[in-house]
Amino acid sequence: MDEKKTAWERLQLIHTKGRPTIKDYLPLIFTDFYEMHGDRLYGDDKAILGGIGRLDGKPVTIIAEVKGRDINENKACNFAMPHPEGYRKALRLARQAEKFHRPIICFIDTPGAFCGVAAEERGQGEAIAKNIAEFMTLRTPIISIVLGEGGSGGALALGVCDELAMLENAEYSVLSPRGFASILWKDASREQEASEIMKLTAEDMVDLGVAEAVIEEPLGGAHNDLDKISENIKEYLSQKIAEKCQKDIDVLLKERYTKFRKIGAFSE
Amino acid sequence: MFEGFFDVVKKRARGGAEEEYKPPMFKCPRCTQTSPLSRYEELHRVCPKCNYHGRLSSQERIAITVDKDSFKEFDGGMISANPLDFPDYTEKQAEIRSSTGLNDAVVTGTATIKGSPVVIGVMDSRYMMGSMGSVVGEKITRAFEYATENHLPVVMFTASGGARMQEGIVSLMQMAKTSGAVKLHSEAGGLYIAVMTDPTTGGVTASFASLGDIIIAEPKVLIGFAGRRVIEGTIKQRLPEDFQLAEFMFDKGFVDMIVERRKMRSVLSHLLKLHGFAPKEKEV
Repeated sequence: MDEKKTAWERLQLIHTKGRPTIKDYLPLIFTDFYEMHGDRLYGDDKAILGGIGRLDGKPVTIIAEVKGRDINENKACNFAMPHPEGYRKALRLARQAEKFHRPIICFIDTPGAFCGVAAEERGQGEAIAKNIAEFMTLRTPIISIVLGEGGSGGALALGVCDELAMLENAEYSVLSPRGFASILWKDASREQEASEIMKLTAEDMVDLGVAEAVIEEPLGGAHNDLDKISENIKEYLSQKIAEKCQKDIDVLLKERYTKFRKIGAFSE
Repeated sequence: MFEGFFDVVKKRARGGAEEEYKPPMFKCPRCTQTSPLSRYEELHRVCPKCNYHGRLSSQERIAITVDKDSFKEFDGGMISANPLDFPDYTEKQAEIRSSTGLNDAVVTGTATIKGSPVVIGVMDSRYMMGSMGSVVGEKITRAFEYATENHLPVVMFTASGGARMQEGIVSLMQMAKTSGAVKLHSEAGGLYIAVMTDPTTGGVTASFASLGDIIIAEPKVLIGFAGRRVIEGTIKQRLPEDFQLAEFMFDKGFVDMIVERRKMRSVLSHLLKLHGFAPKEKEV
């Protein structure tokens, strides 16, 4: 592991060109992957990829937010900012996983849910709310990993799980530091300052009880050794999926609820 | 006192008659027309010109919704800590507590509506724009858990600008916590009526507000996920005036009915009874 980087340095790193995306990881972690398309209601959102594959030979459902590796890919996937139909596709595939007793693996990598007219008209808020509520009681194990950006409700829509892992340089936040600075201080240029006080790093997530694990990145970041980081992710997933599949499903659901239930800081 | 005196002197010097008494006015944020404030207040803060349903305090809302003296508050003393050690957050909250008389942005408890027992929650936009932090999340979660254990319906009046920024990721997690509690209440067969009031946006729209079995909205209130200015920034053009109003969300299929404030108590009562929550004998 690198010596500790600041939150700001990590944000620069995850925005570096060449930072691996789900498309890089898929063939190195899973076999027999078949992508499934569409929410059966409106359309197919390219910002969320979903399908079935094998992890260690066992079938799993994979749901992931898709970042592009160049401008054309990014245009196609709307810079990983899903519309409601993306979240609804995710929910459809998650329910399918529950039906066929497949564990679900979610990869989070988004600046946030898309903010636009069409997204509002089709119920961005409802789509996210529904995923959060439904994932809470899906009767199959769910593991989520934040690959890079974990932006707000758009991330949480794939983030209700039995265990959340952060890649070492990934961030998870209520809002981008830029948006945060803009709202609180009416000055977006103070984003670096915001990033340092927001508590958005992998270690912060573990400290706050939001994440359970940090997956180590190769020296200098994930892009420096794709094979190594893929191996680390796979090793983590293999162990966790086996562990969660061993558990009684009712115990697992109780623990999932409790994981979120206990987050909060108040006095009475 | 002397300033007033000199104003009169100046006016007389200009040769004008002393102006007539002007009553305080209300300027509607929707239609921008003005009406006497007293008329607006008489209508329980509804614009007499366009029917925009303005913001009520949680006390006012409870008073016009539930049976007299039936409200019993849960967790009234709960106050937020400062999970991120965010600069000035603790001090700021102490100030807002003393200026509003509220301990945070939601009041929860049990009550009866025309005799039917309910768990009720009312968000209050006067407290940091009704934003959801640890206290809002915890109180709403406890309210749903209580309703689940006691087989009670929940009526939740939502009003929120979204996440409580000063609580960062902890605030985001309240979306999962509250939605989880709503889900368990639903799985146990519980009835949940969400009433969206001005404004219902952001993380509250993207969690418990959108999960009602029945979703009611007051006329002309703002309902949405992303902020209007954020969307305008993305698309680089102005949005139509009615974008994200209750009527817009109704047309798009996200709201069951739009109900005027003066009819709300009666509509809620009927819906509760339709689900079998009849008044207890002695309270009829």
